[in-house]
Amino acid sequence: MKFDLSGKVAVVSGASRGIGHAIALSMASCGADVAILDMDIEGASKTASDIASLGVRSEAYMVDVSKPAQIKEVFEKIMKIFGKIDILVNNAGVVSPKPFLETDEKEWDLIMGVNLKGVYNTCFTVLPHMIGNKYGKIVNIASIAGKTGGGFFGNTIYGTSKAGVIALTKGIAREAGPYGINVNAICPGPIETQMLADCPREVRERILSGVPLRRFGTPQDIANVAVFLASDLSSHMTGEITDVDGGIMRDG
Amino acid sequence: MGHPEIDFSGKKILVTGGSRGIGRSIVDSFCDSGGKVIILDLDKASAEQTVTELSSKGRDVSFLPLDVSDHHAVRQTIEGIIDREGQIDVLVNDAGVTLSKPFAECGEDDWDLVVGINLKGTFNTCNVIFPHMISRGYGKIVNIASIAGKLGGGFRGTAIYAASKAGVIGLTKGLAREGGPFGVNANAVCPGVIRTSMSESIPDEHKQKIIEMTPLGRFGEPREIGDVVAFLASDLASHITGEIMDVDGGIVKD
Repeated sequence: MKFDLSGKVAVVSGASRGIGHAIALSMASCGADVAILDMDIEGASKTASDIASLGVRSEAYMVDVSKPAQIKEVFEKIMKIFGKIDILVNNAGVVSPKPFLETDEKEWDLIMGVNLKGVYNTCFTVLPHMIGNKYGKIVNIASIAGKTGGGFFGNTIYGTSKAGVIALTKGIAREAGPYGINVNAICPGPIETQMLADCPREVRERILSGVPLRRFGTPQDIANVAVFLASDLSSHMTGEITDVDGGIMRDG
Repeated sequence: MGHPEIDFSGKKILVTGGSRGIGRSIVDSFCDSGGKVIILDLDKASAEQTVTELSSKGRDVSFLPLDVSDHHAVRQTIEGIIDREGQIDVLVNDAGVTLSKPFAECGEDDWDLVVGINLKGTFNTCNVIFPHMISRGYGKIVNIASIAGKLGGGFRGTAIYAASKAGVIGLTKGLAREGGPFGVNANAVCPGVIRTSMSESIPDEHKQKIIEMTPLGRFGEPREIGDVVAFLASDLASHITGEIMDVDGGIVKD
């Protein structure tokens, strides 16, 4: 069974690299046009040109998701160029490993601003449009850190921001469900990235011993689930928080 | 970069309770994805009708009668299938019964029946399949639980039904934890209220109450369960295990 996203427009934040990049490309390969929001305009533009070679439309926009005015402005640009938004993937995020007592207000504001308020900003801006169309799929990339309170690569503040994303997901699902909009979140576990590869072997082994599948995830593992949640195959799922973590959480 | 597609060509899938309702839609989803499906069910008439319908569309599907609560019969039947087919890639435990009797009216017989089919039946099939999947280093188990297992019933099933489904949830997590190192994924789907011949019998005011609790404002369609099951059993979900996925229009939000 294919995921048919042809004719759909997806907005993906944080798609210059890693998980966001994999999500953007996977949605494009299933037929969606993709608008990319990122602070790294060079990386985002590269992603957009990779997507264009798949035969769909893609544009990159330099945006700080923590700034409501920038979100409003880019939304208007996207509506002009793409005409509509069917899918919103909130992937943009920052991480910090600092122990709680070494953090400060500045760090709180930064992490909350991007990870949580960023999701609020985009959803608040896009939702009225989706309600008007009686159709929309919102996929928020949270983290198992939102359930554990951090502890792998993200710290307590990071975990708090992601717990906020989880609750925001459920609340918008509850409120927007009557209008035919599905809102779900993905909680990735540790993902194989350069940061993880640079970790001391004992740290990797310790984490892996708690992973039933005995491996770390890949950006494509997350992208596959994002495409599923953006498709009509998941049409009766909303408010669901899906762990993609090799079995660490085994949560409800 | 990935071009995600749910593909079961070359894969063999067992579906218990696959003759009608949600089970039939699960079979449809696997067939539409190119898989070979063997239905294990007590309802011979429905199963044969399903096989006839799907075979006429060129799908590879067959049926064997089986009472999942009979451990010996499960062992004989599934071991026979493994011998014949050489491999089983996916096991879906959908066979189940509901029980709407208030707890105060239930007796030991009710417990033994519901738990025997819903929970022990799932144990029975997994017990036989698990070593096979481990020896191959590959396997996908998808158990059909219910939001009743999280809420303690309250829709169509009551406390005993809820207990059986909560047990399925626990079993699923344990299988995930133990099977993970050997390449075996185990996940569960918790349907909400799904539009089938069974849901038709829900009194109208109770139906209304359920709809009011459902953000999407409707019952689910059987195919909306089938497609989620197929996704979880696919290699696209290879990093998901021990997950209990609610497909309920947003009732539980778990």
